[in-house]
Amino acid sequence: MIRSRLWFGPLLVAALTTALVFLTVPVLAIFLETTPAQIVRKLGEEQARDALWLSAQTTGAAMLLIVGLGTPAAYLLATRRFRGRAVVITLIELPLVLPPAVAGIALLAAVGPSGLLGRYVEDAGLQVALTTAGVVVALTFVAAPFYLRQAQAAFAAVDGTQVDAARTLGSSEAAAFARVVVPASLPGLAAGGALALGRALGEFGATLMFAGSLQGVTQTVPLAIYDDFATDFDAALALSAVLVVVSAALLLSVKFVRGADAVR
Amino acid sequence: MLSVEARTEIVDAALEVGAGQTLALAGPSGAGKTTLLRIIAGLTRPADGRVVVGEDVWLDGATGTFVTPEERRCGYVFQEHALFGHLNAWRNVAYPLRSLPRRARRARALALLDRFGLAARADAPVRELSGGERQRVALARALAREPRVLLLDEPLSALDPRTRAVAARELAALLAAVPEVPVVLVTHDIEDAAAMSDRVAVMDGGRVVQVGTAAELAARPATAFVADFTGAVVLAGVARAAGHGLVVVALDGGGEVQAVGDAAPGPVAVSVRPWEITLEPADAATPGSARNRVVGPVASVVDLGGRVRVAIASPQPLVAEVTSAAVAELGLAPGVQVAASWKATATRVTAR
Repeated sequence: MIRSRLWFGPLLVAALTTALVFLTVPVLAIFLETTPAQIVRKLGEEQARDALWLSAQTTGAAMLLIVGLGTPAAYLLATRRFRGRAVVITLIELPLVLPPAVAGIALLAAVGPSGLLGRYVEDAGLQVALTTAGVVVALTFVAAPFYLRQAQAAFAAVDGTQVDAARTLGSSEAAAFARVVVPASLPGLAAGGALALGRALGEFGATLMFAGSLQGVTQTVPLAIYDDFATDFDAALALSAVLVVVSAALLLSVKFVRGADAVR
Repeated sequence: MLSVEARTEIVDAALEVGAGQTLALAGPSGAGKTTLLRIIAGLTRPADGRVVVGEDVWLDGATGTFVTPEERRCGYVFQEHALFGHLNAWRNVAYPLRSLPRRARRARALALLDRFGLAARADAPVRELSGGERQRVALARALAREPRVLLLDEPLSALDPRTRAVAARELAALLAAVPEVPVVLVTHDIEDAAAMSDRVAVMDGGRVVQVGTAAELAARPATAFVADFTGAVVLAGVARAAGHGLVVVALDGGGEVQAVGDAAPGPVAVSVRPWEITLEPADAATPGSARNRVVGPVASVVDLGGRVRVAIASPQPLVAEVTSAAVAELGLAPGVQVAASWKATATRVTAR
């Protein structure tokens, strides 16, 4: 017993230290290898500004789709029991474990020009592959499961009698959802939203395969970094630093919402 | 006037409550009490049933009539109060007041909270309210819509035993101040039911087994279950007629007791109130006029403050309530042999 105590504590500390160094040093290196001047210069380039603006637009559009459709869908999954529910949940979660390259191929096979539904998409006058709309499709496909899972868990945690109480107080089912269920699950929804947003912002593989990397059309920040990487490593570093700052801000905002919830 | 009939897998019951009357639904958990409340509120829709309030039909299985819960104006105080945690006290009360202009909403919520002595807590978040305060906020919220019916599910269960008796009296006074509205409250405690209601409906296995005042139920229990529920000692036995208006019951496990009445021969339950039982030393030379006598060792002595409950490990266990003085005089302690006796006239016999 005494011997195990002697080595077990230090082992835990050593493991944590290794993990911490391994996970933080590369991120720190980005900032140590670049300078504020380089970042400013990079942000002055049209290619970088295009990429940032395109990332903001496409991620925003994908998030609107994900939250708008995902919220009611997750509520249905959380509150109703129906045949095939487990299968539906598994199918929705499947994109979580798909390699991004496979996701890109899958989207091409489905809605690409010669894909399964490509003809119908074209007949409808739409063009998704190699367009900005295609980027939104790719981001939505890979990021939506993160939000759906969290939202479903958040809704399932809301006490059913809260809805019953709202009903007896004059709210229809839809009004009870809007006035009671959503406010009560807001921290969980925000956490799911931030996860999906982070995933969408960093999306690379599926976008590259499905939409390509055309500056101002489909070249989001991760694709621009990859583009720079071949020719100008310092430029890639500067753009990476910007993406790290945005992602860290996202993570902190989720912690803040969760923290406020813990007090509640 | 509220009248309810419902037949489902869980309940098969019919009830009527007059305007301004309070009916307690009492019974063990799983008896169907809450199900009946949910049917009245419209949260559960039975295929076969009828709910009528005044002139309005809220549910009629025969015609397919079903008024949704939000259109029923049914005040419901849930067991754990179901207050909305993201809103403070007054916003909870104002929740149903959507039709009022913004300013009037707050004024009305504050007036309701003031009525329950909570005006000072109007801006408190739900998590900072005590159990008693939560209950009063829930009640104020349920009354905000001027309900046609008021339903309370175990209103005292979240309170600790010490504050319970006071809370029961307060609640009874508050309910009396809600005129013209039929009130149905659920409890599993007969004393709470007696304190807060005009009549008590005892439910068991989804059925209403007896309706009456708490005193009527205690004095004339219709079934052994009601007798047990109202606090009587219940013994199982087999009855045979003995003439002279007496019934003799051979107790399971040995012994015989007599009761006044004309119960049919066969298996019966004998009930007696604990305070009707007197105790004496087991070797007392001259038994008194009491016809019924059971001997056994004392199992436990519990002081309830003034009265003492003495449990006796006779073949079928008994509980007697006597004074502390009697306990001291008889030297009652676990293991001491005593004789419990009671009059035939204090004994009730019901079929089982």
